[in-house]
Amino acid sequence: MIFAVISLSAIGIVSAIILFFVAQKFKVIEDPKIDSVEGVLPGANCGGCGYPGCRNFAEEIVKAGNMDGFYCPVGGNDVMSKVAGILGLEADMAEPQVAVVRCNGTRTNAPKKVEYDGAATCFFAHNLYSGESGCPYGCLGLDDCVVACNFDAIYMDEETGLPVVIEDKCVACGACVEACPRDIIELRNVGKKSKRIYVCCINEEKGGVARKNCSVACIGCGKCVKVCPFDAITLENNLAYIDFEKCKLCRKCVPVCPTDAIHEINFPLRKVKEDSSEKEVDKVVV
Amino acid sequence: MLKTFKLGGIHPEEIKLSSDQPIDVLPVPKKVFIPVSQNLGAPSKVLVKKGDIVKAGQLIAKGEAFISSNLHSSVSGTVMKVDKVIDTSGYKREAIVIDVDGDEWDNTIDRSEQIKRDCPLSAKEIIEKLKEMGIVGLGGATFPSHVKLMVPDGKKADLLIINGVECEPYLTSDHRVMMEKGEEIMIGTTILMKGLGVKKAIIGIENNKKDAITYLTDLADKFEGTKVQTLKVKYPQGGEKQLIKALTNREVPSGKLPIEVGCVVNNVGTALAVYEAVQKNKPLFERVVTVTGKSVNKPANFLVRVGTPISELIDQAGGLPQDTGKIISGGPMMGKALVSLDTPVVKGTSGILLMTDRESKRVVVQTCIRCGKCITVCPMGLEPYLLSNLIQHEELEDAEKEGIMDCMECGSCQYTCPSGRPLLDYIRVGKNRVGQMIRNRGKK
Repeated sequence: MIFAVISLSAIGIVSAIILFFVAQKFKVIEDPKIDSVEGVLPGANCGGCGYPGCRNFAEEIVKAGNMDGFYCPVGGNDVMSKVAGILGLEADMAEPQVAVVRCNGTRTNAPKKVEYDGAATCFFAHNLYSGESGCPYGCLGLDDCVVACNFDAIYMDEETGLPVVIEDKCVACGACVEACPRDIIELRNVGKKSKRIYVCCINEEKGGVARKNCSVACIGCGKCVKVCPFDAITLENNLAYIDFEKCKLCRKCVPVCPTDAIHEINFPLRKVKEDSSEKEVDKVVV
Repeated sequence: MLKTFKLGGIHPEEIKLSSDQPIDVLPVPKKVFIPVSQNLGAPSKVLVKKGDIVKAGQLIAKGEAFISSNLHSSVSGTVMKVDKVIDTSGYKREAIVIDVDGDEWDNTIDRSEQIKRDCPLSAKEIIEKLKEMGIVGLGGATFPSHVKLMVPDGKKADLLIINGVECEPYLTSDHRVMMEKGEEIMIGTTILMKGLGVKKAIIGIENNKKDAITYLTDLADKFEGTKVQTLKVKYPQGGEKQLIKALTNREVPSGKLPIEVGCVVNNVGTALAVYEAVQKNKPLFERVVTVTGKSVNKPANFLVRVGTPISELIDQAGGLPQDTGKIISGGPMMGKALVSLDTPVVKGTSGILLMTDRESKRVVVQTCIRCGKCITVCPMGLEPYLLSNLIQHEELEDAEKEGIMDCMECGSCQYTCPSGRPLLDYIRVGKNRVGQMIRNRGKK
C-alpha cells in the first residue's frame, strides 16, 4: 500500500518536472490581443468575414495589423470599433448591409407550368431544369438559402413560394448569396431608415420572353434609366440594375416601371392622388 | 445460353407498343427550330443569316472543332432568325429558325428508291464524306461518326459492332429501321467496315426482336464478314461498354474509348444514315422517332425532320391524352422530361414518351437503408449511393476517385432503389461538376 503511494507520487513529481521544462522550451508565444479580439467577436463562426471562424479572423487581423479588408458583418460597426480599440487603430465605418431577394416570381406572378419532383434542392434543380415557372433566372423555391442561413433570418413564404429575409435578424454574412445557385440574393446597403429601392428581377431575357413566364419581370424598357436624376440605374442585357451607392432614394423610378419590377421598402405610403391607381398603393411594403 | 454482360443490369418491363407500326413519314412542319449544338462536342458555327433562302440538305452550320459536326437544313424555306430556343432542360440555346416553304431538296441528293450496293470511295474519302454530311451517332449520345472512324495512332480496330439492342423500354425506332431498311443498314455496315479498315462486323440484337434477328441474319449471309448475334434481354445492354463485353468479352478500361480494345460501336440508325450519306449524298437531317406511351391513341414511328417541334409529332400520334403527366424525350430510363412542347426534335431524339399522371409521379424520397441494391445493379461496378452522398456534400475529388465519370447515366440504380432516392439526379449534376473540375485542372 505505502509502496504504491510512494511510487505513484514519485512518478507524478518526475513527470511534472519534465512537463515544466518541456513547456518552457516549446512555449508558443501568442499575441494576447488575439484572445481579446476573439472575445469581442460575436462567436457565430458563420464565415461571413471570409475566414473559417472567429478565432481565425482574430488571428489574421492581429497578424495584419490593419483593418483593411477585415469586417465582421455580424457584429457590424460596434464590434469593429471595439476591435479597432484593442488593436489601437481607427475603424472604417462600413455601411451596414442586408440580404435582398431579387425575384418576385410568386405563384400568381409566375404560375407553375411544369412540376419538378427530382432531387429537392435548388442546386440540383438549377443544374437539371430551368424551373417550374419556365423562368430560367427565377427563384426555384427549394430552400437552399433557408438551410444556409445560420441566423434563422430567412424563411419560405408558403403563399408566394419565395424566401423572405427578416431584416432584424439578417447580419449580411452572405451565406445565402453563396447558396443561391442563381445569384438571386444580393447584399445591399440597408439605407437610411432601412429604406431601399431595388429591381426585383434578374431576368436577362428579352422583354416579351421574360413577360411570358412572369408578369413582374424586368423587360429592360429603360424608362427607369431615363427618369433617374442620379445616373444610379444601368441597363445591361435587358435588365435594369440600381446601384445602391448612387441611389438617393427619390422613388422616381418606382411608378414609371410598367411591370412593377422596382420595389421600394420601408417608405411611408405615398399620398394617394386622384389619378393614381390602387395598384401603386398595394405595392408599398411596410 | 444467350450472351449478355455480367456485371449488374436490370430487366424493366419492355412495353414495346409500337414495334409493329411501320415508319410513317411525318408531314413537313410549318416552321423548324434547328439547335446549333447537336453533337457531343462543340456547337457548330452558323453560316446563314436572317432572310437567307435555304434548301433541304443545305449546309447551315459548320463544325469547326475536332469533335463537332456539320448541320444541314432539314427543310426548304427562309431563315427567319437565329435565336434562343428552349431545349430539353428548359434553358434556351441558340437555334436556327426556318420558315418552311414547299419541300425542295438540294439537287445533289439522290432521292430515288433504288438501292446502291457498291461503294467506290476509299476509307479516307468515306470519313471525309461522313464529316461533310454531318453524321453523328443516332443512339443518343450524338458522337460525331467521322471522329469514331479515325483510329488514333498506335491503336488498331479489328471489329465493328452495330448496335441494334434498343434496350430501353417503349422505344422501337431502331427495331423498325432494322425491319424496313435492313439492306441499307447492311450496306452502311460494309461502308463503315471499309472506313474503319476492319474485316468483321457483328450486329447485336436483343432476343425480344425475333423478326429483326431472322431478317437481318438472312441478309448478313449476303454480306461478307457480317454476322448477327442474338443477345439476352437485359438493360443497359445498349451501352457501348456493355455491348462490347456481351459480344466479345473484352473490357474497356475506365475512362477509355472502345477503340482501346479494338472495337468501334455504331447504332443501326447511324449505319442507315451512313448509307444515305455515302451512297445517296443525303446529309443527316431526318431520323426515325418513336412516339409512344400507354395512353397514346396511336403509338407510332415517324420519319421526322430535325427541328420539328415535338407537338407536331404528338398531334400525328392522336393528340395529347388528357391524363398526360410527363413527356419524356428518349426512353423512360435515360430520357429527359420535357418542359415545353415547343422543344424541337434533334439528331439524338430517339423517342417521345408520354406518361400518364399516375406513372409519372415519383415515390416519396426516404433515407438510404444501405441495402446495396444500387451497387448490385450498376453495370459499371460503381457505388451510386456513395456517389450521390459525395456530390451532395460537394466532395468532388472523392467522387472522381470513386469513378463518377464512368457512370453512363443508365438509371438502373434509381430504378431499383427501394427508398426512391433520386440517385441519378445527383450523379448527373456531379458528373457535370467533376468534368468541369477536370477541365479546369487541364487549363492550369
